[in-house]
Amino acid sequence: MSAPVLEVAGLAKAFGGVRAVDDVSFTVVAGELLAMIGPNGAGKSTCFNMLNGQLSADAGAVRLLGRDVLGMKPRAIWRLGVGRTFQITATFTSMTVRENVQMALLSHRHGLGSLLSRASARHRNEADALLGRVGMREQGDRVCGVLAYGDLKRVELAVALANDPKLLLMDEPTAGMAPKERIELMALAASLAREREVAVLFTEHDMDVVFAHADRIIVLDRGRLIAQGEPAAVRADPQVQAVYLGSGAMFGHEVPA
Amino acid sequence: MSFASILAQLLNGLAGASSLFMVAAGLSLIFGVTRVVNFAHGSLYMLGLYVAYSTVEFLGRTPLGFWGAIVVATIVIGALGALIEIAILRRIYRAPELFQLLATFAVVLVIKDVALAIWGAEELVGPRAPGLSRTVEIMGRRVPQYDLALIVIAPLLLLGLWLALTRTRWGALVRAATQDREMVGALGVDERKLFTGVFFVGAALAGLGGALQLPREPANLGLDLAVIADAFVVTVVGGLGSIPGAFIAAILIGVVKAFCIALGTQSVLGLEISFSKLTLVVEFLVMAIVLVVRPYGLLGRPPAQQRAVGEITTLPNMPDWRRWLPFVALLALIPFAAPDDRYLLVLLTDIAILSLFAVSLHVLMGPSGMVSFGHAAYFGVAAYAAAILMRKVQLPMEVAVAVAPFVAGAVALVYGWFCVRLSGVYLAMLTLAFAQITWSVIFQWDSLTGGSNGLTGVWPPAWLADKRVYFWLTLVLCALGIGLLWRMLFSPFGYALRAGRDSPLRAEAIGIDVRRLQWFAFALAGAFAGLGGALFAFSKGSISPELASIAQSTDALVMVLLGGVETITGPIAGAAIFTWLKDELARRTEYWRSVFGLVILALVLLFPQGVVGGLAMLWRRVRPAS
Ligand SMILES: Nc1ncnc2c1ncn2[C@@H]1O[C@H](COP(=O)(O)OP(=O)(O)OP(=O)(O)O)[C@@H](O)[C@H]1O
Ligand SMILES: [Mg+2]
Repeated sequence: MSAPVLEVAGLAKAFGGVRAVDDVSFTVVAGELLAMIGPNGAGKSTCFNMLNGQLSADAGAVRLLGRDVLGMKPRAIWRLGVGRTFQITATFTSMTVRENVQMALLSHRHGLGSLLSRASARHRNEADALLGRVGMREQGDRVCGVLAYGDLKRVELAVALANDPKLLLMDEPTAGMAPKERIELMALAASLAREREVAVLFTEHDMDVVFAHADRIIVLDRGRLIAQGEPAAVRADPQVQAVYLGSGAMFGHEVPA
Repeated sequence: MSFASILAQLLNGLAGASSLFMVAAGLSLIFGVTRVVNFAHGSLYMLGLYVAYSTVEFLGRTPLGFWGAIVVATIVIGALGALIEIAILRRIYRAPELFQLLATFAVVLVIKDVALAIWGAEELVGPRAPGLSRTVEIMGRRVPQYDLALIVIAPLLLLGLWLALTRTRWGALVRAATQDREMVGALGVDERKLFTGVFFVGAALAGLGGALQLPREPANLGLDLAVIADAFVVTVVGGLGSIPGAFIAAILIGVVKAFCIALGTQSVLGLEISFSKLTLVVEFLVMAIVLVVRPYGLLGRPPAQQRAVGEITTLPNMPDWRRWLPFVALLALIPFAAPDDRYLLVLLTDIAILSLFAVSLHVLMGPSGMVSFGHAAYFGVAAYAAAILMRKVQLPMEVAVAVAPFVAGAVALVYGWFCVRLSGVYLAMLTLAFAQITWSVIFQWDSLTGGSNGLTGVWPPAWLADKRVYFWLTLVLCALGIGLLWRMLFSPFGYALRAGRDSPLRAEAIGIDVRRLQWFAFALAGAFAGLGGALFAFSKGSISPELASIAQSTDALVMVLLGGVETITGPIAGAAIFTWLKDELARRTEYWRSVFGLVILALVLLFPQGVVGGLAMLWRRVRPAS
């Protein structure tokens, strides 16, 4: 196994009295897909927000490639090679799909200081190539504000890939997609992880997707990490089954939302 | 400076603060529930004062007449507020916030002229309050009884408002709406009635605040903008939507001002500092400090969800210079077509300069999402810088014009550092505060700026003396400036600004330092506004503090909004229409402002996307059919 890309130790965050994330530790290595699962409100997004610097942590440590990144700004962490997609998509709605990706490329190449060149002409082919990978190339000229939700998720993925990330954080990347598209998108993420040795951490409510692609799974419940390990072991864990009892989601009959 | 003199000034300051609290509370209440920044709130205050004046004259100067007049003024102004809500604002709640602002600004213009028609341009001094006209001796100082009454009335009013807001069903609805507007609709409450009611109460508070000043302050036509600037400061310092915040802020500012007056001129470290002169700017300094420390005011909370400036639409294509060049060339030929029409030349020169001014503001308002209420600061600073460099430093005019934009840019860099820390309405109000500081400094620095008289003899050298040549120079420089700004909008930098407006979260997550870019954009826009200001100074031959005034700032705002924020060429159309209309109207009638206000209202109600935006939409509708 290669060296860990991301090491999280004793991470904690409370909102008022709510312990949203409580003493969570785990690692992700290059080329690995780690799924973080847990019921609604378990603290998954909060955890992500601390990893990319959007939220300050109350306690703990986050190391990226051996470097302490806690307390750094999101933009600085991004520069170290962390791509991120959001649970609620965040795109530039007044720009086209391609321009969204071009912005990330421009920023990655330190090209935003240019005052006189045409932004829409810069890194065009590269943007198209990225969009091709997520199946959005044909929609490159459409404005993000009018896209379907599933398509926005794909744009986000293309944007997140623009800086050649070492670590990819995907918060519910397949929400709003049809079941077939979900599998395809995660297959893409998996192949990226393998080819480019990217470490991928993702959250997902669709257990079919999780068990089809995750190398390992960590389970969060009310902020606490209650189980981690290979999919089969996690599935068999009685504590995990108790958390998911009644939803039936662990056993592959997900109730359509 | 003795304790007694401080106390006297303090009481005086508190008495003034009580009216300010009332206006600010009304403004805050209206904003909290309807999200409308009511620019006309100062006008309602002014009307309250006028109405009270006339009512006392009618009822007689007796205690009953006086207090009757206060009550009448309060109710009349409240009803007027409700009328404004029903007739105008109700129709445009769904339009972008800025359009509501534009509409209330039009109301300012109309009210000013109505007051001019009814009460004339002379100041009207009201009577002393019968029964409270004497003074009380406190520590050897004579303090007017009426001031003491005001100091008591304000907390009582606060108590009354607090009870109304916490103990009544209406108050519960108002608080619910202030926290979450959607919730009120969900509760099955008639939103219309609630909004009209809130406007009635908010306006009545402004009317009351004005009426109560009758014995202390002569009624005059300049009160509207002066009071709205003060009220903005108080609401923002206190926290938008917070009435106790407005109360604390009004007192804080009243006290600080009182101290400045009491301090008079002091020597600090060998420097003579006139604190009494500082009163004009001190409230804005307080505001700047508070906002940097507590960005949402003393008792304010971060806004739940701020709507972006406009509906987010894509930016139209970049204007093609090949298409615009013939147009500029055509404009350059006009002096040949009408060689003797000096009026036309002056008008065209003005339009060229103000187009640049408006486009530079648009860069901030549209793609960067930063609304500036104080863009004239940079226009004015550059005009003064150019004039001073030529007249006092004896630099050639060409050099002065070249340097002035850098001076404006440097000032914008300083102000911008504070402003980009905020967003939305708060940012807008901070820009207003800085502009007002600038205006005050220009107004008071007699030895350098000529004070209220301004500077004269600001003429260009011989080769530019011909109005036509000056027009050509202006045309070329302004067209170049506009071209550069437009090009910038479509550059990676301009896109990054838009990225920060569209989604600050995403922008930050892809490594964009939004604040820094905004800061730079702020300075850039200030510098280009400054180029306009410098050219303006030499086209007129004289300058006055007016160039940095709130009125000048709102002119630019109106131009941009008139043309359409979500367009590129809109600001130019807006500048042309505005300048031409203002000129035409001013030559024909003394009441040009109200006509202008009515035109704006008509446009806002008919074209909520601005003129160019509206025409573009019409065109899109017509085209498929043909
Ligand atoms: N900004 C915040 N302020 C207060 N509480 C918060 C905030 N963000 C999250 N929480 C709370 O923290 C807990 C964890 O929320 P989080 O969004 O991390 O859950 P999640 O696992 O991502 O859930 P979901 O599956 O619904 O996305 C919840 O109880 C939530 O209400
Ligand atoms: Mg989540």
